[in-house]
Amino acid sequence: MAPKEPIVGAPALRYEGEAKVLGRAKYIDDLHFPQMIHGATVRSKFPRGRITAIRYGEGVPWDEFTIVTWRDIPGENTIVHLLKDHPCLVEEIVNHPEEPIVLLAHPDKALLRKAVDAVTIEYEPLPAVFTIEESEAPDAPVIWNSEAGDSPNVFKTYLMEKGNVDDVWASADYIIEGEYSTGAQEQLYIENNGVIAEYTEESVTVWGSMQCPYYLHHALQLAFALPEEKCRVIQVETGGAFGGKEDYPSVIGCHAALLAMKSGRPVKMVYDRLEDMAATTKRHPSRTRHRTAVSKDGRLLGGEIEFAIDGGAYVTLSPVVLSRGTIHAAGPYNWPNLRIRAKAVATNCPPHGAFRGFGAPQSIFGLERHMDLIAKTVGITPEELRRRNFLQPGGSTATGQLIKDPIDLNGMLTRALEESGYHAKRAEFTKTNPTSPIKRGIGFATFMHGAGFTGSGERRLNSLVAIEIDDEGSPEILVSSTEFGQGTNTILCQVAAQTLHIPYKNVRIAQPDTHRVPNSGPTVASRTAMIVGKLVEDASHNLLTCMRASGLLEETYTPEQFCHAALAYKQKHGELRATARYQAPGDIFWDDDKYRGDAYPAYAWAVYVAEVEVDTRTYMAEVKNFWALQEVGKVLNPVLAKGQVEGGVAQGIGYAIYEKCVWKDGVMANNQMTNYIMPTSADLPPIHVLFEEVPSIHGPFGAKGIGELPMDGPAPAILNAIEEATGVCFNHCPLLPEDIFDKLANPTSISADSSQLQPAVAGPVFSGTTS
Amino acid sequence: MSIITFTLNGSQVSVDAPPMTRLLDLLREHLHLTGTKEGCGEGECGSCSVLVDGELVNSCLVPSLQIQGATVTTIEGLGEQTHLHPIQQCFLEKGGAQCGICTPGMILATHHLLEKHPAPTLDEIREGLSGNLCRCTGYMRIFEAVQQTAKLAEAGK
Amino acid sequence: MRSDVRDYTLTAPGSLNAVLSALAANPRLTPVAGGTELMVALGVGRLGPHELISLHRLKELRFIEEHSGILTLGAGTTFTDIRRNATIAREFPLLVQTAAWTGSIANQNRGTLGGNIANASPAADSPPALLVYDATIELVSANGRRTLPYGEFHLGYKKTVLLPGELIYAVRLPCRFAKHRQYVRKVGTRNAQAISKIALAATALMDGATVREIRLAGASLVDRPARLHATEAVVLGKAITPELRTLAAAALASEIKPIDDIRSTAKYRMAVACNLLDEFLLSL
Repeated sequence: MAPKEPIVGAPALRYEGEAKVLGRAKYIDDLHFPQMIHGATVRSKFPRGRITAIRYGEGVPWDEFTIVTWRDIPGENTIVHLLKDHPCLVEEIVNHPEEPIVLLAHPDKALLRKAVDAVTIEYEPLPAVFTIEESEAPDAPVIWNSEAGDSPNVFKTYLMEKGNVDDVWASADYIIEGEYSTGAQEQLYIENNGVIAEYTEESVTVWGSMQCPYYLHHALQLAFALPEEKCRVIQVETGGAFGGKEDYPSVIGCHAALLAMKSGRPVKMVYDRLEDMAATTKRHPSRTRHRTAVSKDGRLLGGEIEFAIDGGAYVTLSPVVLSRGTIHAAGPYNWPNLRIRAKAVATNCPPHGAFRGFGAPQSIFGLERHMDLIAKTVGITPEELRRRNFLQPGGSTATGQLIKDPIDLNGMLTRALEESGYHAKRAEFTKTNPTSPIKRGIGFATFMHGAGFTGSGERRLNSLVAIEIDDEGSPEILVSSTEFGQGTNTILCQVAAQTLHIPYKNVRIAQPDTHRVPNSGPTVASRTAMIVGKLVEDASHNLLTCMRASGLLEETYTPEQFCHAALAYKQKHGELRATARYQAPGDIFWDDDKYRGDAYPAYAWAVYVAEVEVDTRTYMAEVKNFWALQEVGKVLNPVLAKGQVEGGVAQGIGYAIYEKCVWKDGVMANNQMTNYIMPTSADLPPIHVLFEEVPSIHGPFGAKGIGELPMDGPAPAILNAIEEATGVCFNHCPLLPEDIFDKLANPTSISADSSQLQPAVAGPVFSGTTS
Repeated sequence: MSIITFTLNGSQVSVDAPPMTRLLDLLREHLHLTGTKEGCGEGECGSCSVLVDGELVNSCLVPSLQIQGATVTTIEGLGEQTHLHPIQQCFLEKGGAQCGICTPGMILATHHLLEKHPAPTLDEIREGLSGNLCRCTGYMRIFEAVQQTAKLAEAGK
Repeated sequence: MRSDVRDYTLTAPGSLNAVLSALAANPRLTPVAGGTELMVALGVGRLGPHELISLHRLKELRFIEEHSGILTLGAGTTFTDIRRNATIAREFPLLVQTAAWTGSIANQNRGTLGGNIANASPAADSPPALLVYDATIELVSANGRRTLPYGEFHLGYKKTVLLPGELIYAVRLPCRFAKHRQYVRKVGTRNAQAISKIALAATALMDGATVREIRLAGASLVDRPARLHATEAVVLGKAITPELRTLAAAALASEIKPIDDIRSTAKYRMAVACNLLDEFLLSL
């Protein structure tokens, strides 16, 4: 018996929303443990060098302090991600600014600060590199070398091939080249990284703000040489993450735990904004080079794509970021022939890490800018170029994955352009721009984003979900999937409620605690709704099956009957618990070596349209209106889904035209909110969110992933619109007014690139590479 | 140390603290009211917003001695579990809170805005909340929550 | 929080006279009004002065009054006070606009005009408006008061004429700009809560096509808030022609010295300053 109104698809109120609006939700810095003291980190102030001495200055009562160096680490000195190259604390060689060297703890926070300032690190400098170009230069110093890497200074490479691209150049009508680059981006969650650690009787517990409790759980086992049952990680309310709390909590979590072990007291470590911005991960800077063979009617014949990202000083998650960026570099287009070479290089910047989109926003930026360049070169509209090359059902992606879902990109493009008034506006702006100091433009990007881990990733994760009946007879979902604003708690409870035919408010979800919840995988990669949601649905079915098999539950029942039956079962058997483990769909195949096959079980598809104004007196670009149309499968909760898309678009607008990390020898120079410019409520345009829902068999009730998708489209759509407005092409984001000024006010730099391009004179080979 | 006496959420309190103690720390550490959050410590993000004598301020930029005799309202003084303040109810319904860390400050900024502009235009909302950064929502759900609160207040007149 | 608040003292004597006496007795005392600058420095561990005295809520400093065609704003006037005052809105719209650009609403509720002037940032929002309204500034100390043109107040980067023990008492503006063309534009890093990359304020009185009076001032163009006298001289008494606009731009380019910093570049600032000047001249 289904409830009268469906729960899935309805705007169920945010599960933990009441506590949040009342200010009662407890984040890590709101917690206080008896006897708790505070921890802080002494960091390198230089990019690379050999430590010769550590001096503890005068005027600090050092005997009152707990001091931890790498020698205090009981297990391996490593923060494990994919490799073990990343030390928990520096032993001898510093590889980036802000690298942790010494940890201090003291009951008095203010005194702790003075102590950190009183420690001096003496060192012999070593040569360092700070950009992709410096890292790959033939005479570059070797700053990273490992058997695991493909060559010096290279963490990882991929080669992805389809067809035979070498044969297409000779027959191409046009060969179009372009180079595109993106800068680092700070996640800028409003709550900084923070944890509290406790070490008692040879076991370690860490509470903290994080996405992936089991990542830290694993890191602790290695650093402390403890078995898994002696390590415990508990996620508390988390004030934003966006990928920034995927890998970094393993660092701060191990640090606090080391101080707790040595001091014998609970230790709280909460970074302030300056430290969080300077020392923790950001989005990887990238460079994408395209060389594309196109027929004169605008068909992509083949392409070569070189994709490079700057991984910073250690491998961390770079190979996986690179993987997603590589697969998404080809976009939602039909490429008969394609070769993608990708690499993640080492630099002496703090390690770059996960940030919403995870490589895809970088390579999609390059591709969607390049598509507009191709259109201009060939002499057709950006719209027409895409229509001639869209993937269709029955076609295959760059990895050779057959498109089985009934996607209709042409239809989506038509709808998005209609909703935004694209054609009328384009015509109007062409008329008004010549006589106005404010140039207006409208542009778009078409793209897709794979849901879940890449390739065989989900199979390896082997996620497990449980549902258990509590003492009140309510089902409680047990997952390690975390809530940090996206709506994990709410949608998983909706899925369980709908499956169990009971009201949403009757379902609970447990606080993620590795002693209590099974490993349902990390909360990343747009996988929670689709992968974990499906497991919650399966576990709910298993629970019902179990209850029905016991004869305690009829085929149809009221919520009260469900509750009674559950309690009766529990009384009889001691507990009522059902689980579900991930099972790879039978028709999904992936070849890790050749990078071929079904990269993702499902994709979300999107067309984003941006309308911009560029003021030629101030060279400022502003987004005036934005339309985000996406097909994400079944929308589980329309209010939360809209919020996800709007928030992602806002971050994408920041990425496009506001948010610049200013680097000085590997140090982020603008590590303050005053100087790192994220959009305020006065900077964002209306964001019109439109959904199309084509149910996927892979997710609960047809849902797919949604979290990362909205980060992919805004930057290229906006820069495409800026080119429409100004007639000048810009190939780097973030694009600041100073960059626009450099080109608009300096005609010599304009003539060197595509903005002066006339299709008639483009010739067979055109290079849009800017010097 | 100074004895600082003020009215907090309707009750008089006295705290003995160094006079330059940030109001934020006075609330969180001396008085254990953790609903007021620290995001940046430099008056930029608005997470620590509270009302002092009815005016919105960043509590990280207020030396405690300066609230001697003042009336301070924090998020804890706005609503009850059994009876959310209308602003809180609208934030909940419209999706104005995601990760929730900016929410207390955002709700107090909304309170201040609606005191000054009971029926705010979208531009007034955009300006009135521009000192409160939210990284999750893109602000659109928050705008709707504010408009909904104003609408309810208008209907309730 | 990177300072130890126990290392700092703060007193609040409660009257202007008491504050002035305390300042006279102890020259190390640093006044703090709304705290929107000093408390930021405290937070990041860079607040130099350790002995502070509060001007907050001194009634003698927080007033706005008009008398015989002169508007006087006490130094303790907040930006919110400025935004809510009908006389200022009528007579000095540029001041209202720049007050609205200063920080966020929360900062405007606390930050004071006097504090903004005394802080003496070349990027401050209000000073250009005060300069083009021909403001005078009154200073007060235990020894008495003195008044000088506001244009003479700033001596260099973060340097002012304020003597030890001296405070800004008030700013006076003559109510005679109703017929002037008025202009201000700020180019910041974003639409709200932004520090100026550059700003330009201007007032001009026209006599037919001829410029009878002109005042120009900007933010982040030189090392202090300052009038742009050389550019004014080129325009004064002339009609706006394309040739004059070129000459004015050249004069501006020669008298301003924008810098490269974390927020922008010198060449961008230079170009945009010239564009804004041109936009104003074209409007005359």
